[in-house]
Amino acid sequence: MNFTLKIWRQRDAKSQGAFETYKVENISADTSFLEMMDILNNNLIHEGKEPVAFDHDCREGICGMCSMHINGHAHGPSQAVTTCQMYMRKFKDGSTITIEPWRSAAFPVIRDLVVDRSAYDKILQAGGFISVRTNSVPDGNAIPIPKADADESMDAAACVGCGACAATCKNGSAMLFVAARVSSLAKLPQGKVEGARRAKSMVAKMDELGFGNCTNTGACQAQCPKQVSIAHIARLNREFLAAKFQD
Amino acid sequence: MSCFLTNSSVGKKLVMSISGCFLVLFILFHMSMNLTMLFSWQGYNAICEFLGANWYALAGTALLAAGVLVHFVYAFILTIDNYRARGKQRYAVTVQEKGVAWSSKNMLVLGVIVILGLGLHLVHFWSKMQLVEIMGQHASVINGQEFQVINGAAIMMYTFSHWYNVVLYLVWFAALWFHLTHGVWSMFQTVGFANDTWYPRLKCIANIVATLIFLGFAAVAVYCYFTSSPQLIDEMIANPLAH
Amino acid sequence: MAYTLDAKTPAGELAQKWSNHKAAIKVVSPANKRKLDIIVVGTGLGGASAAASLGELGYNVKIFCISDSPRRAHSIAAQGGINAAKNYQNDNDSIYRLFYDTIKGGDYRAREANVYRLAEVSNLIIDQCVAQGVPFAREYGGLLANRSFGGAQVSRTFYARGQTGQQLLLGAYAALNKEIAAGSVKSYPRHEMLDIVIENGEACGIIARNLVTGELERHGAHAVVIATGGYGNVFFLSTNAMASNGSAAFQCYRKGAGFANPCFTQIHPTCIPVHGTQQSKLTLMSESLRNDGRIWVPKKMEDVKAIRSGAKKPSDIAEEDRDYYLERRYPAFGNLVPRDVASRAAKERCDAGFGVNETGLAVFLDFKTAIERLGKETIKQRYGNLFDMYEEITDVNPYEQPMQIFPAVHYTMGGIWVDYNLMTTIPGLYAIGEANFSDHGANRLGASALMQGLADGYFVLPYTIGDYLSKKIQAPKVKTDTKAFDEAEKGVQARIDRLFAIKGTQTVDDIHKRLGLIMWDNVGMARTKESLEKAIVEIQKLRKEFYKDLKLVGTADSFNVELEKALRLEDFLELGELMARDALNREESCGGHFRSEHQTEDGEALRHDDKFAYAAVWEYKGIDNVPEMTIENLEYEFVHRAQRNYKD
Repeated sequence: MNFTLKIWRQRDAKSQGAFETYKVENISADTSFLEMMDILNNNLIHEGKEPVAFDHDCREGICGMCSMHINGHAHGPSQAVTTCQMYMRKFKDGSTITIEPWRSAAFPVIRDLVVDRSAYDKILQAGGFISVRTNSVPDGNAIPIPKADADESMDAAACVGCGACAATCKNGSAMLFVAARVSSLAKLPQGKVEGARRAKSMVAKMDELGFGNCTNTGACQAQCPKQVSIAHIARLNREFLAAKFQD
Repeated sequence: MSCFLTNSSVGKKLVMSISGCFLVLFILFHMSMNLTMLFSWQGYNAICEFLGANWYALAGTALLAAGVLVHFVYAFILTIDNYRARGKQRYAVTVQEKGVAWSSKNMLVLGVIVILGLGLHLVHFWSKMQLVEIMGQHASVINGQEFQVINGAAIMMYTFSHWYNVVLYLVWFAALWFHLTHGVWSMFQTVGFANDTWYPRLKCIANIVATLIFLGFAAVAVYCYFTSSPQLIDEMIANPLAH
Repeated sequence: MAYTLDAKTPAGELAQKWSNHKAAIKVVSPANKRKLDIIVVGTGLGGASAAASLGELGYNVKIFCISDSPRRAHSIAAQGGINAAKNYQNDNDSIYRLFYDTIKGGDYRAREANVYRLAEVSNLIIDQCVAQGVPFAREYGGLLANRSFGGAQVSRTFYARGQTGQQLLLGAYAALNKEIAAGSVKSYPRHEMLDIVIENGEACGIIARNLVTGELERHGAHAVVIATGGYGNVFFLSTNAMASNGSAAFQCYRKGAGFANPCFTQIHPTCIPVHGTQQSKLTLMSESLRNDGRIWVPKKMEDVKAIRSGAKKPSDIAEEDRDYYLERRYPAFGNLVPRDVASRAAKERCDAGFGVNETGLAVFLDFKTAIERLGKETIKQRYGNLFDMYEEITDVNPYEQPMQIFPAVHYTMGGIWVDYNLMTTIPGLYAIGEANFSDHGANRLGASALMQGLADGYFVLPYTIGDYLSKKIQAPKVKTDTKAFDEAEKGVQARIDRLFAIKGTQTVDDIHKRLGLIMWDNVGMARTKESLEKAIVEIQKLRKEFYKDLKLVGTADSFNVELEKALRLEDFLELGELMARDALNREESCGGHFRSEHQTEDGEALRHDDKFAYAAVWEYKGIDNVPEMTIENLEYEFVHRAQRNYKD
């Protein structure tokens, strides 16, 4: 298969970026999207050019590192997978593929397709944890947790922190990411102790970092590689408002 | 507590949700009132007389105006915030995601159409009725004819005797329909009453409410267009409340 | 000069050793902890849990990771679960049983005292993770659920769907975030450690490269902890993440830390086969598939050819023409033999020419019988997500046609030598998790890697590091303007400059792929004296070629992934040779290390306990010099060594 690639190139955060066009040829349909990028990069290096920088690591869809906006879709046109899990057979032979970095004020470009997602770390540092000390905890079976609650907590905890939600949202809102963490812990008795504090401080940090306001379009859920539901956003709203009205 | 409604994203959304909910309730009330027209124009005028410029109607109007203003101003604040959050550099290619309603991404545009329609509506009716009464008058002149301020039925019959007004109002109602299909379920989501079981139900309720409102208003406008005649309007002007 | 290795194994009864040791070692008072700095390199399960626990204790901790966030570490990709001796299933599990299974699974090449401690703290890990909000699978009664895993006769594996590693790492990462928020831990993401700094024979800091700006930074500390995982990527193709590397560990080795049992590599039997030369990594399909899947190749060569050419589909091959070779060779265990045995058996069939894809390197994992017996729905419930993932990758529907699988490099049991305190041969330098060598011997059991990372990080290192740091309470802050730091930084700069100066024609990946092939063919699943000697020569040749012909683009003072990869490959080119040397020395077969010369009549691994019941600890002697080996004898006081048997 042959493809024309329109890729965003940008030297660093301060530089102006622009699209550049490349061709890749003789790509097997079983090649993954990132392997196609590897091939392009290897060719570029042989030509003495600098390769396209892109984030990637586990290539199993779990580390959350890969982050490309492909033909208008976060993580490309396939549903419920990350970029690394997409294969070239999903694209039409001879087609042009446009590849952009995440675009969001809170995710500045570092280079080419690599963006700075440290804002997500900062939100979690604001309260995305349960304050227990190592070794000062009860037995694992001391608190029974209904299976349905544990399952729902796990649904939210599947979030890989890739940033696709904020990158897709027309409002640049990180609500799905924040909600996934708040909701996952809110479903567990251990997490309820600090629930109010957590919801308030994480939302405040999200707002402070320049993410937008959720308008319930559901685009985040549609593009989330782990299909985290916006029902978790509803739970975050509930947790937050309940906490605020108690103040 | 005072500040989270103005400085937090979830708080601001709560204001949108509550004000929106209030407006939906008002619209439902307004629609029920209009429906009286289909059965008895005298009955409709009786309601107009009951409301008039009495203190409770004025208070209601002020509250309503405040609701519209809050909803409108917050919409702009949120949109500006969101525009900034999106960053300077935009995507070269964007798509409509599967399962994402068109209306949900165009609420501001739809809202602006609704506001413009509201302006027209105020000129057509409110400025001929409650406003005149507030100014201490009892009647206003439209196209050479004098309409009493309580004669909402005649003013309506007259307005919708013109086809272009009917069309403008239908466009307005359609924009409102789109706005409400997203807005109604969205207000439940914002206050936290929603989950995967309830999404289909809430969206169904939203569609029913939006469609009811559309049909209710549109029916009256279309009814007026087809039943209006100069004789009927004259009769209405002559004796607004008599049987 | 050979090492004087003191494992510091405490005296006394097995079950009392850890308690006795804890009582004997020194502690540091809270007021003094505030004055002490610790660097933790790597933020996987080991690094994150250690940094969080040390921060909690009051030390000043700095953490370094090469990814954009600590949460990306490759621990996140672990699927199956984590073992603990809770005995919640009432199936007569115990600390001793977990200890015994782990020792036996490791083919009697691990240290008894360390493994017992691992089993002992395993229960605490589960309690800790539950309290952190890890959503482990639960039964309807609300209590924790378990599943069975290879190498054990009890059900002791705790899990969170197929994402146990992710959930445990998010728990440790949350604990880390708590400490970052509290100010006790400072995080340095997108930073790579490029050298360890030693002063007066003690570790006192690192040189790190800021991967965004390219700047070299000096960081001083009273102790340094290496938690950078394994070095499986020396094979180029492995189940490791793309950026997983052995460089931090290798810098320690270069600076004098002993490297133990480098040849112990685990090859996982059920991975999706290589599809061509452009492949970047191998994807693991969970071991659990072997519960219901049957592994086979055709009996007749004509069928193999027909399948390869597409003339026949695998489902066209009649039952009597299929060779279910694991069931044939190991009637008692069948498809559920341990990983190393299943891997070697697949290789044996493919070497004989029966590989079923175009490269000849694949066997079938077939669910036909299971679907007939249990119905498609049951299979879907059990393995639906794995089947979907397989179809996404290969475009083959595994409900209709069998999966193709082949073994792939997965985990490295070898690593930096550590004593019972997890301290390396360099005072003040610690190694935890997969980066050290201590607990898995020659083969690791499923669901034990997560256990070891968290045991080291939460429950062992925070105690044992105090024993060393108690001697440092009078020491001032480590100065980074000393000669040792100057030299280390200069050395790193020289390395980088040297690579840019080569200006050759081959890219990093070009050379890395060749190294991978040499390793796979000669230091892979089956090794011989000849293949290992050949590997040593070829790697040396390739290393020379690397220094003559590497093509590196970009600049050192910017975000430059190629430079990162080149530096890692430079280390792999030496590490590969070290692995071959260690494998050459170990004239026996044990666990993941299979020397074809040393097998039983039935082709099974043949240990030589009389000669090789030791850990081989290697000391660096310069790039082109033969490293020196020191032996740590593995005394077995409590367990009787036996030959593993899976036939009857």
